[in-house]
Amino acid sequence: MNLEPVARPDAPLARRNPVAKLAAALLCSIILIATLDPVAPAIAIAVELALLPLFGVRLRVLARRALPLLVSAVGILVTLVLFAAERSGRILVEAGPFLITSGVLITALGLVLRMFAVALPGVIVVATTDPTDLADALVQNAKLPARFAYGALAAFRLVPLLAQEWQMISMARRARGVDAGRNPLARLRLFGSTAFTLLVGAIRRGTRLAVAMDARGFDAMTPRSVARRQHFGRADGLLIAGAAVLAGAALAVSIATGTFRPLIG
Amino acid sequence: MSKTTVTTNRWRTVDVVVAAVIAVTFGVIFWAWGLLWNVVTPAFAFLPATQAIMYGVWLIPAVLGGLVIRRPGAALFCETVAAVVSVLLGSEWGSITILQGLSQGIGAELAFAAFRYRSFRRPTALLAGALTGLGAAVFDFFVWNGEYALGSYRIPYALLTIASATAIAGVGAWSLTRALAKTGVLDRFPAGRERTTI
Amino acid sequence: MSAVRLRGFGWRHAGRKRWAVRGLDLRIEHGERVLLLGASGAGKSTLLAALAGLLPEDSGEQEGTVEIDGRDPRTAREEVGLLFQDPETQLVMARCGDDVAFGPENRGLPAEQIWPRVDEALHRVGFRYGRDRPTAALSGGEQQRLALAGVLALRPSLLLLDEPTANLDPAGAALIRDAVATALDTDTTLLLVEHRLAEALPLVDRVVVLAPGGGVQADGTPQAVFAAHGEALAAEGVWVPGHPAPRRRATTAAGSELLAADELALPPRLATVSLTVRAGEALAVHGPNGAGKSTLALLLGGLLAPAAGRVTATAELAGGDARTPPHRWRAPALVGRIGSVFQDPEHQFVTATVADELALGPRRTGRTEAQVRTTVDALLDRLRLAALAEANPYTLSGGEARRLSVATALATAPRLLVCDEPTFGQDRRTWRELVELFAELRDNGHGLVTVTHDTEFIAALADRQVGLEHPGSTP
Ligand SMILES: Nc1ncnc2c1ncn2[C@@H]1O[C@H](COP(=O)(O)OP(=O)(O)OP(=O)(O)O)[C@@H](O)[C@H]1O
Ligand SMILES: Nc1ncnc2c1ncn2[C@@H]1O[C@H](COP(=O)(O)OP(=O)(O)OP(=O)(O)O)[C@@H](O)[C@H]1O
Ligand SMILES: [Mg+2]
Ligand SMILES: [Mg+2]
Repeated sequence: MNLEPVARPDAPLARRNPVAKLAAALLCSIILIATLDPVAPAIAIAVELALLPLFGVRLRVLARRALPLLVSAVGILVTLVLFAAERSGRILVEAGPFLITSGVLITALGLVLRMFAVALPGVIVVATTDPTDLADALVQNAKLPARFAYGALAAFRLVPLLAQEWQMISMARRARGVDAGRNPLARLRLFGSTAFTLLVGAIRRGTRLAVAMDARGFDAMTPRSVARRQHFGRADGLLIAGAAVLAGAALAVSIATGTFRPLIG
Repeated sequence: MSKTTVTTNRWRTVDVVVAAVIAVTFGVIFWAWGLLWNVVTPAFAFLPATQAIMYGVWLIPAVLGGLVIRRPGAALFCETVAAVVSVLLGSEWGSITILQGLSQGIGAELAFAAFRYRSFRRPTALLAGALTGLGAAVFDFFVWNGEYALGSYRIPYALLTIASATAIAGVGAWSLTRALAKTGVLDRFPAGRERTTI
Repeated sequence: MSAVRLRGFGWRHAGRKRWAVRGLDLRIEHGERVLLLGASGAGKSTLLAALAGLLPEDSGEQEGTVEIDGRDPRTAREEVGLLFQDPETQLVMARCGDDVAFGPENRGLPAEQIWPRVDEALHRVGFRYGRDRPTAALSGGEQQRLALAGVLALRPSLLLLDEPTANLDPAGAALIRDAVATALDTDTTLLLVEHRLAEALPLVDRVVVLAPGGGVQADGTPQAVFAAHGEALAAEGVWVPGHPAPRRRATTAAGSELLAADELALPPRLATVSLTVRAGEALAVHGPNGAGKSTLALLLGGLLAPAAGRVTATAELAGGDARTPPHRWRAPALVGRIGSVFQDPEHQFVTATVADELALGPRRTGRTEAQVRTTVDALLDRLRLAALAEANPYTLSGGEARRLSVATALATAPRLLVCDEPTFGQDRRTWRELVELFAELRDNGHGLVTVTHDTEFIAALADRQVGLEHPGSTP
């Protein structure tokens, strides 16, 4: 698990306000999710990849993070072959219950491209955003309550500790003579009991952390000040607008070429 | 169970942090569970809808957060933070996961609100599990499963999601709350004070 | 300028029948430096929490009154700074500077005043790194210093320190004490809790001892208190200067070899080390925080695979399995031969009651139910856990949890025992029991490896020592 941003922090778009980046990614995803055709997502993916250098993210890093999506892509293909709602077009393969048509393949292509197009903006934003900056910006620019934002941030800091703890608990089980061997059921049980111990330890830590935060005045009723300023400037507004325009343009092309297929209706 | 209610609705720091810790821990567990999910996908290849049986695990934080913290917004906060955390940990689904978390959290939140945040018994937990499953099912029905056959895939998938959420997230979170209370870590919460003194 | 007044103060945690503190009458004038003593469970931490205003009404029941300069501590938080025992749970932010700034931000200090304060606080505790250093990249001692800086940045007039050096190696502990000594202004009131007092005494001018049943048992200058009550306090579990621990070195020569580590390494956690462990011998491993002692213990215990070198068990320890390295053994075979006690006892608990916890290992190694019962009953008696047999392991106090984790390792009677910080945070009574128990095992021909910062423990028990260096410090 890697919590550090993996991008060059001085890249022009990586430097934008975290709230702006998050809003842009969400907007992009929401617009693109509205269509099921392959054209709009293909255009969006091309633009997203072209913008990569401006975010300071290297293609290799992105590819590694998006790798698990390939597994899901295979899942989509299998599911569609078996359960497609429509099987129009030329018949390519026909074997018993299997009926693969060109229509099914185009639909599958559309779904897979859409999945990538929707996921990429979020992956890029995460790769370029520091969690502390995100919390600061959420409080200062998105007016989220500071208690919730910083409470969640403090809990988030426990993640690497929890990953270490998971290892520790597994070793402790072994030291007590408990291992699962090859039995899959025993493995599932061991997974459950390890996860429970992890949760107990984490809640205990969280309780202590909350007391420590109160000891430093987190619960005080006085208004909080900010030591790190986050600016939301014209460029940040432009980033959000740009994301909307790009996703909208991709959609417009697909409508113009007649391939557009709305999600609902 | 459940006579103790919270008198004030202001969240204490310990409520905020422990709710977030529950979410974060499940973010880490999801990360491990996601690996498992992808590994077993081939096993479900011929009846993909049945994979929804495993869906409930993603929804535990919503119900658990509501049962432990017992404040308006707790279920929604937990599920949303869990989603944000899994995005920050590099979930391959990207920012759309946050919307998904919101739609799931709202389901559980509505269940607790329906009892006016006064009851945290098993039936409430079941309802919360079912509704959070409904939230998840509706999202998937329209957003991810639109191209699949209605009768043989979309509807069974949605029903199984709700059943799994009721069983795993509803009953599961309720038993989990009791097991946690026994360990003493919930002593600062009403859920933990319902055990006998020692 | 803070004075503390307690009148008949008592606190009972929700869910408990016993009062944690009771019948406490105490005055502390401003500028006084007080050392607070008492056996484990006497309520020291609870008292500090009360003074810091951190006992919310809904988490227990209060008797009597507490006042800080005539105010309820819950409304006087800005005067009080509290440093907890465990640094890891009091760091809030991901970067060191942000963490120190966290308190001043909460107080609503304007940004242009915050950063100068942060730099000053970091300077006062002798912090070596810049503001941008990630908190996750600090050693235990550095984390403790940073936490102290976070408290000092608030400029408290009442400073409360709860065992601030318990996790640290001797050098790190000395650094923290120096930092406290230099950070104290003449008008800062100090209340310090510490089990090991020899080192703490130079910081204080008054000692208050809490009685286990409630109230104050002794109060006065250190000399006066120890002259009048030294014997009684030592018997009750307080570490008192001038009452040295008994020695329990081996009386016979060590037996045959059980386990050998050749050129063992796991970078970056552990630099190369070689050692042997013999039957009837207590080997102590010591070294600074982060030197890799716990890592070494896990490697010797067959729980972690080394990156280089190997661990070999002799036929004496492993019979026919001696050819495979311990980390490849199946778990039930492992527990019969090598027992491990972890640094954090809570990691080790698997079941819901103390008795089940003790029975688990013997059942796994295939003993009969009657044999299991005998083993469990004997251990419960020996370690004063019989009354807690049905209790949940997670509800035990620190000392009890530590004793249980040692007992679980003993239950399968392994020939070799590997213990990580077995005496950490213990009062004197538990400490002596543990030394006695280990010495008996050793004298009965078991091999013993203990990882520890506790120099007194090494002096009392160890027959041989191995010192580890920080993995970064050797080329
Ligand atoms: N949150 C809690 N809930 C219930 N009981 C508690 C809680 N915290 C402490 N106690 C109990 O209150 C008593 C006093 O605990 P406290 O931590 O104040 O002792 P202490 O003097 O600091 O001991 P030690 O030297 O071991 O740190 C103990 O019996 C402990 O089990
Ligand atoms: N699971 C882990 N993964 C990566 N690094 C680790 C892990 N556990 C420990 N380390 C690092 O390895 C080094 C040695 O750690 P170890 O816990 O063995 O030290 P130690 O000598 O026991 O220290 P202490 O006296 O504080 O207990 C430290 O720098 C630590 O941060
Ligand atoms: Mg204490
Ligand atoms: Mg260690």
